[in-house]
Amino acid sequence: MADSYRLMQEQYVKILKTYLEDKNEIGLYQAQQFSKKVLENQISPEEVVSLHIEALEQFYPDLPQGAWDSFDFLIEIMMGYGMAYREHQILRDKQKELESEINVAANMQQTFLPDEVPDVEELDIGVISVPASKMSGDYYHFVKDNNGCVGVAIADIIGKGVPAALCMSMIKYGMDSLPEQRLQPGALLENLNRVVEQNVASNMFITMMYGSYDPRVHHFYYSGAGHEPGFFYNRAEDTFEELYAKGLVLGLNRDTQFREYHKKIEPGDFIVLLSDGVTECRTAEGFIEREELTRLIHQYSDLSAQEIVNNVFYQLEKLQGFSLRDDFSLIILRRKV
Amino acid sequence: MSVQSNVEVHSEWGIVSARQAGRNLAKELGFGGVDQARITTAISELARNIYLYAEKGEIVLEGIEKKEAGGVHRGLRIVAKDQGPGIKSVREVMEDGYTTSGGLGAGLPGVKRLMDEFDIDSITGEGTVITVVKWLR
Repeated sequence: MADSYRLMQEQYVKILKTYLEDKNEIGLYQAQQFSKKVLENQISPEEVVSLHIEALEQFYPDLPQGAWDSFDFLIEIMMGYGMAYREHQILRDKQKELESEINVAANMQQTFLPDEVPDVEELDIGVISVPASKMSGDYYHFVKDNNGCVGVAIADIIGKGVPAALCMSMIKYGMDSLPEQRLQPGALLENLNRVVEQNVASNMFITMMYGSYDPRVHHFYYSGAGHEPGFFYNRAEDTFEELYAKGLVLGLNRDTQFREYHKKIEPGDFIVLLSDGVTECRTAEGFIEREELTRLIHQYSDLSAQEIVNNVFYQLEKLQGFSLRDDFSLIILRRKV
Repeated sequence: MSVQSNVEVHSEWGIVSARQAGRNLAKELGFGGVDQARITTAISELARNIYLYAEKGEIVLEGIEKKEAGGVHRGLRIVAKDQGPGIKSVREVMEDGYTTSGGLGAGLPGVKRLMDEFDIDSITGEGTVITVVKWLR
């Protein structure tokens, strides 16, 4: 520290002298380079003033006393900057530490999500889930049971970031601890609701939609817990309709019951499940309309389910200037033609 | 070694007197301009804390020495004591970015960084004693 100060001082005297003699841009450029060097060496602002004073003592020892006194004044003024500068350095280190911790946590969280979509002969499945920042409050899950039925869950923890991510890990363990045999969507949500109600602070809520596709009869059974409605695409009529399921959010009331709905799925029909980060994409003109979303999905509907969700995500991300305001999850299940 | 000076702090005038006494002693001991400013800034912060949170207390200044392999080391010790409400969570006020200090690096963590040694004792309801030292380089 003391050594680097001495070295800085020698250099400062040298470049200031050059500048005072030549008074040109080269000298000022050297000053700019030097300012980077003082930062690298963690020389604080009041020390820079001190460097200047010491240099002046060499060049102009005969300055009036008032000028010298004024430097004491200047050093005192710079003290505040010096203190802020030191705090800044420490906070920067702290931030790096926090960031690396969050990166580890975010990687861990990724392992909670399924690696791949289930391979089902009758279905074409696409999924995309992107957190707004590093950690996500969205959760999705696929399960294939012995009868070949495909269960699909999508959940959104109200809020985002680390608290939502912690809550999401609990949903994952809640799902894992449910009985092995196939559960009807309504019963599954009732079970999960009790887990959430017991384990999560009363100010955290989770919305969820759970559906089960039976490929033997091509019926989609589903129930919802206050979740953003999805869509059902009817290929024969080329129309989208809302996939709504009435039900209270998870964690609100221990004894909530969930109604079960079902839809007959014809070849080429598809189900769209999403989190509210998809419909709450904000552009300069406000939230996008749900029609805007169905228009986008329709536009890509000739592609595979995975390509549809990828393209829709890209378009909506672009609309928002490539910065997401909320976690984004979109799932499409299509009965193959 | 040298005499200690006590300055009572119960107004902004007390803060100025403490600074003045600190600067005089720092000069006497041979501290340079920047270190003088650091010492007086530390005194300012400590005295302001007394004035704002304990209403009154005192700042004790003393030149000290320690023997080391390289010879005798000289330094300046500041003790700030009050019988105010004390600090409930010292760990919290020693945390950077803790806001009641007014932010931007001031407050106790700022004082700690300006000085070479820092020690604090606080008992809720009884008061606070903060001892800091700056060694001559």
